[in-house]
Amino acid sequence: MSENLFNKVWKLHTVKTLDTGQSQLFIGLHLLHEVTSPQAFQMIEERGLKVLHPERTFATVDHIVPTQNQARPFQDELAEGMMAAIEENTKKHGVQFFGLNTDYQGIVHIIGPELGLTHPGMTIACGDSHTSTHGAFGAIAFGIGTTQIRDVLATQTMAINKPKVRRVEVNGTLKPGVFSKDIILHIIEKLGVNGGIGYAYEFAGTAIESLSMEARMSICNMSIEGGARVGYINPDQTTFDYIKGKQYAPKGEAFDKAVDYWKSIASGPDAEYDDVVVLDAADIEPMVTWGIHPGQALGVSKNIPQLSEVSEAEKGTTQKAYEHMELEPGQPIKGTKIDVAFIGSCTNGRISDLREAAKVVKGRQVSPNVKALVVPGSKQVLSQAVEEGLDKIFSDAGFEWRAAGCSMCLAMNPDKLQGRQMSASSSNRNFIGRQGSPTGRTLLMSPAMVAAAALAGEVADVRELN
Amino acid sequence: MDPKRINTIGTGIPVPGNDIDTDRIIPARFMKCVTFDGLEKYAFYDVRFDDKGNEIDHPFNDSKYQGGAILIVNKNFGCGSSREHAPQALMRFGMKGIIGETFAEIFAGNCTALGIPAVRAGESEIEAMQAYIEANPGTEIDINLENKTVTYGDNSFSVDLPESARQDLVKGSWDTTAQLLANSEEIKGMSDTLPYMKDYA
Repeated sequence: MSENLFNKVWKLHTVKTLDTGQSQLFIGLHLLHEVTSPQAFQMIEERGLKVLHPERTFATVDHIVPTQNQARPFQDELAEGMMAAIEENTKKHGVQFFGLNTDYQGIVHIIGPELGLTHPGMTIACGDSHTSTHGAFGAIAFGIGTTQIRDVLATQTMAINKPKVRRVEVNGTLKPGVFSKDIILHIIEKLGVNGGIGYAYEFAGTAIESLSMEARMSICNMSIEGGARVGYINPDQTTFDYIKGKQYAPKGEAFDKAVDYWKSIASGPDAEYDDVVVLDAADIEPMVTWGIHPGQALGVSKNIPQLSEVSEAEKGTTQKAYEHMELEPGQPIKGTKIDVAFIGSCTNGRISDLREAAKVVKGRQVSPNVKALVVPGSKQVLSQAVEEGLDKIFSDAGFEWRAAGCSMCLAMNPDKLQGRQMSASSSNRNFIGRQGSPTGRTLLMSPAMVAAAALAGEVADVRELN
Repeated sequence: MDPKRINTIGTGIPVPGNDIDTDRIIPARFMKCVTFDGLEKYAFYDVRFDDKGNEIDHPFNDSKYQGGAILIVNKNFGCGSSREHAPQALMRFGMKGIIGETFAEIFAGNCTALGIPAVRAGESEIEAMQAYIEANPGTEIDINLENKTVTYGDNSFSVDLPESARQDLVKGSWDTTAQLLANSEEIKGMSDTLPYMKDYA
């Protein structure tokens, strides 16, 4: 029996087993952003500690960044204060900071991979639950809290319990109009929003292996929405090709040696798992969430479930979802009117996402009742999109073209839903209030489906447009 | 304050419902801050106040639970964002312990890191306890981590939590930095073996 990637990488990074039985795990790459790091810097300073490996620590600013007027100081004083804090903390501690005045600022989980910082067989931590995104490279990547950021800053390690490993295999070929976002929403719908608690998810199978790196990232990104703190995909030639030539990627002979290491940590063909789930790609259609957590999802041709169709444990949340969303059981999700269309976020703000959405939008017009915006995930994504003329396709169709940031995914910046607005969103969470209005409503879907909804003014099946 | 959490004692506040996410516990717009000071004001903000800032029906506004220190919740509490602002807001509001059916992993870890026990029990025990505390709000609750029990009134049931969290809380060693720093030599030794630490040379 060979070992799975998770166990191999865990073993390689275990400094010690602590008295409590937790592992002291070495962290190869520590990513920081402005929301969860200032208190951690304060904590290490109060204790007279330094950043142990500033050269393994990288920072950017994403959550609070306005996507329209980025002139400093920001109009929002609180946001300006957070910006100033990360500038000062990174400067003081010798940490590389990709700020707004660089070409590399963007959502932390987009810039790590695009700069070539994210490697297979590496442990990665960041004070953000979507850190699992980096698992697409065969890294073990965790979202952590601020107190753990303190520990990683000071010791480059953290105390953590080893989870079990579940292999989630998706085999077969995706139907046209079905994207990796649909795969992960399907997985969460099947396994539940807390099905992954205590597990790391290994996503595998022919449907997953055939995906591009960007598509793989969207899947690992939403592991946490299924309850799994870690999600990863075994590295292969697609992974190596993506990394090659990136700014922080190993070069020349070092790259070849790196590939040897990266191959060595992949799960063996007969590796053991604590659990295995097998799904068929042919069963997946374009997905839409209808409720208030990401597991309340269904194929676009389906009807909103009756209370009698959901499990006993889900009944309370289902009832609350009908009320909040003002959607009726048995009603088709298709045709649900929308007010806002948002394309962006760490889940779906990459160049391939923008390309797929632009294909749908090209030569068409956004419904007059819809406010539609496209927010590239990083400055690099933005400039690539401009080079390809995607900005023009979106603008001509009536989308607002914005600067890079988290934007309307979580509303820590001026991009927010108003009142009861219904949003078609390519982001990751449909929790009540998530997009900035305490009473706002969110329908999660792929960027192509958001584009289709923006044009129709209602939830539409992208396959019927193409 | 003694960091040992052998007994965590206080009156309870039941906040029923499954899948209460960290955006519910503290909406993202209140995280525009560089310290955790004052976060108690925003605990459960959007379900405690209407859009004009008037109090609405919520256990955290209910005078009968005033001074409560033990939060009683249901399934998948604390799911979503990793924001430590969530347990920080609850702690600063006065919560010293949480009893629930299940917790999201990052949330539970964040609680331990702040010295707050987050213990799990079965659905029937939790629901019975929530009903009892609703009817008898001043009842003292004791979370005992040495024998892993919760006691209130004449009732007692066993609870569970990760053994590592239990040990850290009982011994008062939940502030992990010192433990980790003590192994500086080993950290150095291990990191030297990792190919990427030498740029794969």
